[in-house]
Amino acid sequence: MKVILRNQGREVELAGRRRVKDLLAELGVLPETVLVIRGRDLLTIDEVIREDDVIELRPVISGGRA
Amino acid sequence: MKCRKCGGRAVLELRRHNTAFCAGDFLDFFRHQTLETIRRWKMLSRDEPVLVAVSGGKDSLALWDVLLEAGYTTAGLYIDLGIFDYSRESKARCQAFAAGRDARLIVVSVAEEVGAGIPQVKDVTRRPTCSACGLSKRYIMNRAALDHGFGVVATGHNLDDEAATLLGSTLRWDESSLARQTPVLEVTHPKLARRIKPLFRLSERETAAYAFLRGIDYIVEECPFARGATSISHKEVLNRLEDVSPGSKASFLLGFLERARPRFQAGESVDLRECLRCGQTTTGEVCAFCKLADQVRRAAPRSAVPLGSAALEPTDPAPLRGLAADLSAASEIHAS
Repeated sequence: MKVILRNQGREVELAGRRRVKDLLAELGVLPETVLVIRGRDLLTIDEVIREDDVIELRPVISGGRA
Repeated sequence: MKCRKCGGRAVLELRRHNTAFCAGDFLDFFRHQTLETIRRWKMLSRDEPVLVAVSGGKDSLALWDVLLEAGYTTAGLYIDLGIFDYSRESKARCQAFAAGRDARLIVVSVAEEVGAGIPQVKDVTRRPTCSACGLSKRYIMNRAALDHGFGVVATGHNLDDEAATLLGSTLRWDESSLARQTPVLEVTHPKLARRIKPLFRLSERETAAYAFLRGIDYIVEECPFARGATSISHKEVLNRLEDVSPGSKASFLLGFLERARPRFQAGESVDLRECLRCGQTTTGEVCAFCKLADQVRRAAPRSAVPLGSAALEPTDPAPLRGLAADLSAASEIHAS
C-alpha cells in the first residue's frame, strides 16, 4: 500500500494488508490527529487497508495562538 | 464499525462518545452539536446577522457552511495576513467557498491596515508572530463588524483550540486569561461586537471530517509561522491524554467553564475606554493596534511600505516601550 503523509510531504510504501489502527501505530501517529482517507472515503480505525490501496493521512491539527 | 444510528458502514469513530457514524448521520450530528451550542449558550438569535471570520481552513469554513445551511444571515470576513503563498491560497479558498454559495465575503488586508503584512510585522516587533497576528485579527474583526453593521462575530475555534488555550493559561496560572476564556465574549462596551465560538464542543478531527465529507476545499497546509508554536505542543500533549483516556479534552474544558471559571471571573474587572487615535477599545490611551502600526511605520522606509489608515493617523510621540504589555492586554480583552 502507498501511504501519503500530507504536510510531511512524504510517501511510504508498505507491504501486506493491515488495519488502520495498526498502520497508525506503526507510523507513530495518534488516531485523534489525522483523517484516514481512501479516495473519497473516510476510514475508521478498524477498517482493513488492502495491499493495493492508496491512503492519505491528513493532519487535523492547526494552530498558532490567535 | 457500524453507524450507531442507521447500522450502515461508519466513516468516523468518536471515541469520547463511544460511538461511530456513517457520513450522513455524522453530518447531522455535527450540525446538531453546533446549533445546539448556539442555542444553549445564547450565542445568536435566529434573525441576528453574524459576521463569520474565515481563514480558508477547515474550522471556519465548516462553521460558515453550517450557519448558511441553517439559514442564518451571514457574511464572511477574510483577513489577508500577507503571508506569501499561504495567504494567497487561503484567500482563494474563501473566495471560491463564498462564490459557490452566493455568500458575501468581506476582505480586509493587514498590510493596508497596519502598514505591512505579518512577516514584516514579525521582524519589526520581535514578538512571537502569533501574538502580533492575533492582535491584528482581533482588532480587524471587531472593527469590520462595527463598520459593516454586525453585532456578532463568529470564529471557528474548536474544542482542541480551546482546551489548548486553557492548558497554556493554567500552566502559567494566568488568572486574567482564565477569567476571560469563554465561548461567548459578551459586549462590555458599545464598540465591542459579541464574539462567539459555536464549534467549541467539537474536536478538530470532527471539523476536519465535516469539511471533508461536505466537499469543502479548505487549506490543509499549516501557516508557516505556526510551526513550533506553543499551542501546537499543548495540543499534542492533550491528544496523548485523549488517546489513553477519551473525553479528557472535553472534560477539561467543559469542567473549567462550568465550575472553575466563575471563581476567576469574580475578581476580574477591566476599565475599557476608546483609543484616542482610532476609537476602538483599549485599556490605555492609545490601543495596541495603533502602536503596532506606529512601530511598523517607523521601522520601514516610507517608500517601501503601503501605509494604511491606522498608520496614517498622527503618530504618538511616546516611545513604544509599553507595546509588549499592550499586546498582552489586548489579547486578554479580546481573548479567544
